[in-house]
Amino acid sequence: MTSFVASIPGLYEDWILHALVWLPVVGLVHVLATPGERSKVIAFRWSGLVFILSVGLWWAFDPGNGGFAFESSVPWIEAWGVNYSLGIDGISVFMVILTTLTTPIAILGSFNYIRKRRKAFYALMLLLQTGVTGVFLATDIFLFYVFFELTLVPMYFIVGIWGGERRIYAAVKFFLYTAVGSLLMLVAILYMYFSSGVDSFSYEAFLNADLSLREQLWLFAAFALAFGIKVPIFPLHTWLPDAHVEAPTPGSVILASLLLKMGTYGFLRFLLPFFPGAAQHSTVVTVMLVVGVAGIIYAAWVAAVQPDAKKLVAYTSVAHMGFVVIGVFALTVNGLQGGLVVMISHGVSTGALFLLLGMMYERRHTRLIDDFGGIGRVAPLFATAFVITALASIGLPGTSGFIGEFLALIGTFETHAVVAIIAATGVIFAAYYMLPMVQRVLFNELDKEENRNFSDLSRREMWVLGPLVALMIWIGVQPGPFLERMEPSVQAVLERVEEGAMAAAEPGAIDGSELANAPERALPLVDTGPSSDPHATSAPATTPAPAAQSPAATPSPAPTPPTTPGGES
Amino acid sequence: MLLDYSSSFHYVLALLPEVVISVGGMLVLIMGVVRGREGGHSAELGWISLAVLAVAAVANGWLYSGVSESGATAMFALDGFRLFANWVFLIGAAFSIVISLAYVDRQRLQAGEYYSLILFATIGMMVMAAARDLMVIFLGLELMSIAVYALVGFNRRDRRSAEAGLKYFLLGAFASGFLLFGIALVYGATGSANIHAVAVAVQDGAAPAALMVPGVALLAIGLAFKVAVVPFHMWTPDVYEGAPTPVTAFMAAAVKAAAFAAFLRVFVVGLDGVYNQWWSILWWLAAITMVAGNVIALVQSSVKRMLAYSSIAHGGYLLVALVAANDTAAAALLFYLLIYTVMNIGAFAIVISVGNQSEENMSIESYAGFGWRKPVMGVFMTIFLLSLAGFPGTAGFIAKYNLLLGAAESRLWVLSVILVLTTVVSYWYYLRVAWYMWMKEAPEEAAAGGPAHALTPFATHVVLFVSVGLILLGGIFPGALLEMAADSVVGLRDFMAGPVAGN
Repeated sequence: MTSFVASIPGLYEDWILHALVWLPVVGLVHVLATPGERSKVIAFRWSGLVFILSVGLWWAFDPGNGGFAFESSVPWIEAWGVNYSLGIDGISVFMVILTTLTTPIAILGSFNYIRKRRKAFYALMLLLQTGVTGVFLATDIFLFYVFFELTLVPMYFIVGIWGGERRIYAAVKFFLYTAVGSLLMLVAILYMYFSSGVDSFSYEAFLNADLSLREQLWLFAAFALAFGIKVPIFPLHTWLPDAHVEAPTPGSVILASLLLKMGTYGFLRFLLPFFPGAAQHSTVVTVMLVVGVAGIIYAAWVAAVQPDAKKLVAYTSVAHMGFVVIGVFALTVNGLQGGLVVMISHGVSTGALFLLLGMMYERRHTRLIDDFGGIGRVAPLFATAFVITALASIGLPGTSGFIGEFLALIGTFETHAVVAIIAATGVIFAAYYMLPMVQRVLFNELDKEENRNFSDLSRREMWVLGPLVALMIWIGVQPGPFLERMEPSVQAVLERVEEGAMAAAEPGAIDGSELANAPERALPLVDTGPSSDPHATSAPATTPAPAAQSPAATPSPAPTPPTTPGGES
Repeated sequence: MLLDYSSSFHYVLALLPEVVISVGGMLVLIMGVVRGREGGHSAELGWISLAVLAVAAVANGWLYSGVSESGATAMFALDGFRLFANWVFLIGAAFSIVISLAYVDRQRLQAGEYYSLILFATIGMMVMAAARDLMVIFLGLELMSIAVYALVGFNRRDRRSAEAGLKYFLLGAFASGFLLFGIALVYGATGSANIHAVAVAVQDGAAPAALMVPGVALLAIGLAFKVAVVPFHMWTPDVYEGAPTPVTAFMAAAVKAAAFAAFLRVFVVGLDGVYNQWWSILWWLAAITMVAGNVIALVQSSVKRMLAYSSIAHGGYLLVALVAANDTAAAALLFYLLIYTVMNIGAFAIVISVGNQSEENMSIESYAGFGWRKPVMGVFMTIFLLSLAGFPGTAGFIAKYNLLLGAAESRLWVLSVILVLTTVVSYWYYLRVAWYMWMKEAPEEAAAGGPAHALTPFATHVVLFVSVGLILLGGIFPGALLEMAADSVVGLRDFMAGPVAGN
């Protein structure tokens, strides 16, 4: 294998991104081509290889000025100006490494959990890795969308086939919720494609799209809905407890560690830079901060009363992602960096919690907190890992969770002190739901006979948890290397927001009135000169009555208020 | 080669695919009679029909490779639009015949008549796509419809088939009347049935509105019936369910394609001048169709009936292209028809296999655990379903995206939003089949090789592999196909440069 890597020609930076995206697909083919029993080992080796390759990014990636590095682009669908283009910056590099690290760990953690239809399972896991990596690396919006949707299918099957009792309900709910948001985003993408005036779906072209504030707000709503469902932000979160609880352990790990990050990544990568005017709009900021805080508090309360440990952890995800949301919409360097660190920290600690719960379930076939007690006496290593992970999840100083939440709160305090103060109570609530759970599972009396045979971590399980625990402590003790790598890109996002907001405030900006006359066809059907084209010149008076009632496409004068995200006036 | 329609030999050349199939269809009919009812020959006639379609495809390919017409006045167009649509019909007919081979044999249907009717219906479709004259469209429509009426009621041992045939015939005849009346009114208003002449008259404003408005409305109703648009869809579920399944596949794909091709040429080319009169009608029809088709499909427990309602929903998506009425949308319509034909017939091929080449096992419960028993077919069915749902990575997504692009170019944002939201609804019922296939365990007797045995002949496997190949190719590397579709509509609408003659 090593010689294979060495034989790849060219510089590391020329091929690494493509390798990260497509090597899992090679592994998928390998898994499908070999008998079922070996598939877990093969899948682990391929994802492990991808991880080893990706480690080089830590040193090879130079934060530079915050733009994309290692960019490459190949025409894909030339008729539409779609390119297959990848790139990496200080935001995505962490997400990519998180992906390449989490996937082999999730696969390793599933060795005993997944007992039926292994070949299909590991094939889907590798397909999922390709999708997630693609989301974080794509610099073409169309390509991004394809990867974004592509992650749905493997996750749907992973939850639906290997999940628990209510797996089908959970799988379908997950799928439909996410699809509503992403399809509306597709329409918004199309709108931007036409507004940019360039025949291209590239990130640059979309950044340069001339949008009035009103258009920005509508498009912002469509993008925020897509990403907000994925995150999930507070009122849109109801799919998450179902999906997380019903999913098999590796599925929960990938969901929590990676799929949720696609939403917050979308906030940072697309939502803020594309719609700077909307992102600074006071109503928008207020709404986002309120739903962020509401998520933190609400999820903490709900988590505190869960009898099922897995459901408890699922709700903690909502709370943690609330910190990301307030950090991002505080629009300060600290806030954005904090949000990003919470994303990494949550990926590591919640992933580890799900793995630990999976190990508990494998041993005892239950996840109810009341069925455990005193585990710490019979399984000390397990208990150690559990406690460190739980503390990291709460955000104890010295762990990754503290750095992230502290920065996010500081960042929020700089601009919205009240929000930060309320959100800070969420940290207390986190201790309130997590510590009793830890106590009831690990400590208390060892009063149940079945728990006496609770075996400690096996060697494989140590390999599963070791890297994650190490990472929690490393980020907690020495966050510098992480922060300095993300800072230029975070700065670039903020600069873009500030510049864009100023541009949108200028009176000369294009308003959407030109786009209002729908349906207006770009080319006259019968080309006999402009005067004969009835559509461009159609005034409301010449439109028959049914058309005037049509809420949508009525060729109405510009000042009519819009009725839908699309109907800009 | 330049074809000059003043020579009747050139006219024959321009109609070569149609001529080939006509001769072949009659040949198949005669052979069926000569061979009588003996068993064992039915597949042979099917293969002969396929050979006829292959020759027609060669003829179509010859026309496609740069043959052009002089002027643009003839009753039959020789343009990319027609020839691309012909590819759709040829593929649809060929796939339908292949998936019929075992079915016809097993159901002891009269093979000679069956295959020749499919061929005749195909000619009707080709005529509809080629027609540049309202009367010729009517001619093609009737040729197609009468053949399909007979095909729907073909299984005379099955009462539901007979009922479906009668229902389709009665309502279809009624709709033909509407269409004909519409043609008469438009002719009265413009003085010509030639679509280009109509377009000129309409453009000049010479057509009196008193005649044009009802004429356009009646044309829209007649064509909307054929493409099964809500509220003219009432016949569809019963007919699709009652018809022999291969015929349902043929109808849902090719018949719909032909009607849409004619719809586009009449409205977007011929009636462009009165766009303001009809776009709002079609806008509402598209919206209602997308919503109703998808919502009713949600509650179907028969996969065949679910696919019937989903085909109504797809009709709604295609109507969006007509409302958009630009070049992008016209190309998108062609591309969508091609992809839809392939994926829909692919899905029906699996339905027929699960039904053991008969009308059994149509309920969704029959699919429980199917994926694990037949993994390859399960994966194929999943790909067909994802493609029908318009999921990225499949050609269905590219096709749907292309439609959205056309709609966006005409600023039809609300219609686009309706399209994507109803698509989410459609995910539910397409995924439901997938979850039965993969997430439910089969009942005991089926797991033991009982009723859900899934009889799949080799020829069907070929169709499945070709369909899946096309869908993945069109989903991942759609460039060439998209360009082909875009090239096909070049010149469809800017014929005004050339001389236009009235009738």
